[in-house]
Amino acid sequence: MSLKLFEGFRFTGKRTPIHRMDPRPKLLIASSIFLLSILFTNIIVLLILLIAQLPLIYLAKSLRRWSNSLRGGAVLATLIFIMNFLTGSTLVFSLSMTLRFLVLISAFSLFFLTTSPDDLGLVLERLHLPYTLSFTFTTAVRLVPTVALEAQTIVDAQRSRGLELDRGNIIERLRRHIPILIPLIVSAIRRSTELAEALESRAFGSCENRESLITLSMKWTDYFVAIATIIILLVGIFVRLWIPLPSLDESIRLPSIWV
Amino acid sequence: MIEVKGLYFSYDGNEVLHNINITIHDGEFIAIMGENGAGKTTLIKHFNGLLKPSKGEVLIDGVSTREATVASLSRKVGLVFQNPDHQLFSETVFQEVAFSMRNYGYPEETIRRRVNFILETLDLRSYAETSPFMLSGGERKRVALASILVSDPKHIVLDEPTIGQDHQQKEKLKNFIVQMNTQGRTVIIVTHDVEFVVECRPKVILLSKGSILAEGSYDEILSDEDLVRRASLVPPQIGLLMSSLRDLGFNPATLDVYQAKSAIEKRLLSNVSKTL
Repeated sequence: MSLKLFEGFRFTGKRTPIHRMDPRPKLLIASSIFLLSILFTNIIVLLILLIAQLPLIYLAKSLRRWSNSLRGGAVLATLIFIMNFLTGSTLVFSLSMTLRFLVLISAFSLFFLTTSPDDLGLVLERLHLPYTLSFTFTTAVRLVPTVALEAQTIVDAQRSRGLELDRGNIIERLRRHIPILIPLIVSAIRRSTELAEALESRAFGSCENRESLITLSMKWTDYFVAIATIIILLVGIFVRLWIPLPSLDESIRLPSIWV
Repeated sequence: MIEVKGLYFSYDGNEVLHNINITIHDGEFIAIMGENGAGKTTLIKHFNGLLKPSKGEVLIDGVSTREATVASLSRKVGLVFQNPDHQLFSETVFQEVAFSMRNYGYPEETIRRRVNFILETLDLRSYAETSPFMLSGGERKRVALASILVSDPKHIVLDEPTIGQDHQQKEKLKNFIVQMNTQGRTVIIVTHDVEFVVECRPKVILLSKGSILAEGSYDEILSDEDLVRRASLVPPQIGLLMSSLRDLGFNPATLDVYQAKSAIEKRLLSNVSKTL
């Protein structure tokens, strides 16, 4: 289940207009959705934010992977709903918080599914992030599928030794994950040491001003998307500040004896 | 008995295994060989139910893997993974090896006896209280092997047992595997180490692109140069030597060093006696 979540963030090199887009407007879209979903708690707006992404995801031919990432996030989403509802929030508010989480997952799933780690690195460089930092970040993104695959192998190996992950109560189940986590962490540390040695032997960081072979260039469609996104973002901020929105029934909540 | 009937397996829309039919009888010694990505590891993961067939079925002693849990199947089929680092996690080698026994719920006294026995057998006794992470690659591999053998499964499946082992360790491993087999256990090894297979003399199942390419005794399969190359393997060196001497009347199906030696010896002696 948790591995499905990774699948929904892994770049797939498809040939679609969304994949071909310059990574900067894509990052702008994801960040704008992020900002708007943080600004609004109104459930209708959050629902619109989620649904508005569907055409883009459809254009990127990534519906299946995108739904995988939502399904992968379902456990956490359920937890968010339960925690909110149990601590005295209304039903609608708890649902909005859950929806906000799904909107975030969805937006970044769309971004990572359609942006190669290389493009991401170029964007970060353009944002004048130090190369060591942007390299660390893109490497982490790039390694996610490798680590996910490794986690699956470890799960298989331990199940072959009679480990049953889904038995017992919640504490017991967490305890049963120790034989998965330790090999995973040990191998991650081992891999990072090896990576560091390989990088140093290839003169990583030897020159100050690094130039890149590929330079990003925006087409007119990219400009169009970027400007449209900024306008939508500004309208959103305007509405949030000055226009009251209708809301759903806010009164359903758990009786106060529960809280 | 392990029966694979009309097994198809697809992952992410790609067909990884295509109509596999195998019957492995108790006490047989099998080597599954083939190129990288041929589907060897995918196939053996069906033997203890880690993967379930997309179509067809796998029966372990008559029980379909669809109807049993991995935990119950792994008591019958011990699967040793290729990389020991994918399973070592305990503080000591003893605890590591005892892990599966504890999962199966054996009493502590039995566990102690079995673990000590298997550590002794695999030359690991002196490391019982050492952290498995402090051991060398070959030793870690033996700990992983011990952690499966400890519960005494009837069928043992080894994924690439020779990788990362030095020559001496390989020799020991061979003796150990052959010994397990003569004790009546079914042994299945997955490997592309042709020389190792020649020394072990198992029945060979040749896998290529998810299908069975050929099945037969090791010398029958490995001396068929064309077949071996189609499975992206290199024929064993003695086989290459003998087949290059084919015109002089040597038998290209000779793969064993000692057989080759006596064939050459005989020829040399007869030549000597002719010239005399």
